[in-house]
Amino acid sequence: MNRVAVTGLGLVCALGNNVEESWRRLLAGECRIAPLSDEGNPPYKFSKGAEAWGFRPHEHFSEKDLVMLERFAQLATVAAREAVGRSGLRFDRELADRTAVITGSSVGGQFSEEEGYQRLYREGNPRVAPLTIPRTMANAGASRISLEFGIHGPTYTVSTACSSSNHALGQAFWLVRGGAVRAAIAGGSEAVFAEGLLRAWEAMRVVSPDVCRPFSADRRGLSLGEGAGMLVLENWEHAHARGARVYGEIIGFGMSSDAHHLTQLCVDGPAKAMTWALQDARLSPERVGYINAHGTGTQANDTTETEAIRAVFNSYADKLLVSSTKSMHGHTLGAAGAIEAIATLLTLQHSQIPPTVNYTTPDPACNLDVVPNQARSAPVEIALSNTFAFGGLNASLIMKRFAG
Amino acid sequence: MDAVDNSQRYHEIRPMPETPETDQLSSRVINVIAKTQRIPAESIAPDSTFNQLKIDSLDGINIIFALENEFGIEIPDEGINNMRSVREVTEGIEKLMAAKAQTTSPGAV
Repeated sequence: MNRVAVTGLGLVCALGNNVEESWRRLLAGECRIAPLSDEGNPPYKFSKGAEAWGFRPHEHFSEKDLVMLERFAQLATVAAREAVGRSGLRFDRELADRTAVITGSSVGGQFSEEEGYQRLYREGNPRVAPLTIPRTMANAGASRISLEFGIHGPTYTVSTACSSSNHALGQAFWLVRGGAVRAAIAGGSEAVFAEGLLRAWEAMRVVSPDVCRPFSADRRGLSLGEGAGMLVLENWEHAHARGARVYGEIIGFGMSSDAHHLTQLCVDGPAKAMTWALQDARLSPERVGYINAHGTGTQANDTTETEAIRAVFNSYADKLLVSSTKSMHGHTLGAAGAIEAIATLLTLQHSQIPPTVNYTTPDPACNLDVVPNQARSAPVEIALSNTFAFGGLNASLIMKRFAG
Repeated sequence: MDAVDNSQRYHEIRPMPETPETDQLSSRVINVIAKTQRIPAESIAPDSTFNQLKIDSLDGINIIFALENEFGIEIPDEGINNMRSVREVTEGIEKLMAAKAQTTSPGAV
């Protein structure tokens, strides 16, 4: 078994165009959920979202590239560039064969798909754009990253709704730990602000009409967000030998299925994912100091997650710091696990806990220390990041501070 | 299991509806629920609760969507929490339709 270092981080989301900008805003407790660029006609029942406000595709891609790449794949590529850049990795022939690219996306290239439908069904034009298939495919981001860096190892995409990129990271972690590959670029991306998709979310009645307020008694639902998070995972010895900067260590992963209901949460499944992640890391629960919660801001998620955390950590749960950074960058669906893993690693590195913002009123059913509204200084050695997906699919990733 | 013995429910003496309009509304609601849930309308009584009919939250979203289409109204998220039985749904819709009539009636500008 190999230790797994994180040697690169890349982030594009509502918080910023890179890791530094995003981290600064996370610590400042800046809610970046704001009025949508396009409010819809008729207006959507929710007026706000967390778009990647500062992302300008033309700053990163040629016109020719943009013809090939959908927004979600653009976001993935830009985040991967930052992560690889920070890692300082050079993919020579040998490393290129022994590096994996594993991305997560819930819906893939929704814009191209909707454009196609618009032509077909609204305009009665049967000539759909020839690149619709490669633009839409959920692995477009993974394939682009592999192409751009000349990586030949295992490259694929996981699509498990809101757990997609946590599952992708877990897979990458296990591949590096088991020795199948020496390094992996892993994470996820999502571009959700396409009209058809927004209407579908609207019909589901889980989006807050205002902003999301995780764990607050007056919470009224989630806020949708877009973005990408990418990490470079690397064999510890390999990273050490080349003197790489280490952001932290991944030490455990657990995943479970509720087998309970398509969309209703249950306590058991999430509790199993956390328990199995702890077992995978050979840790007792008391070693964990911080949890980056799934914390969507729906009534059901936040109470169920609280119960699940209590089921796993028992009375120690009162000592845990638990926050939902979704209150600032929104729920980025397939990118959530990756963006929140990055937030968690930075939390460990800087001994600063990002808050749960928009919090107004304690809820007895969510009675954990959710670090309301203000970041907090606290040295934490080990942290866990949760995602729970529609379909009942749960994932928990455990990270450790690098004390080097 | 919270299985409900429905065999008795259908033979219960149902309270008299307040007005013929309510009765008609109630049977339209029952038809929408029956169609959405793919169950016979006869298995639904005006005072059946969603629990008894094994309607969970996801089914509920579907039913509310179908009711909005049927009655040409918009049911707010907050309203759903108070719609846990056929009777509550019927009453809720009655109110929403009355509110709609008020805002769209030419005399009420």
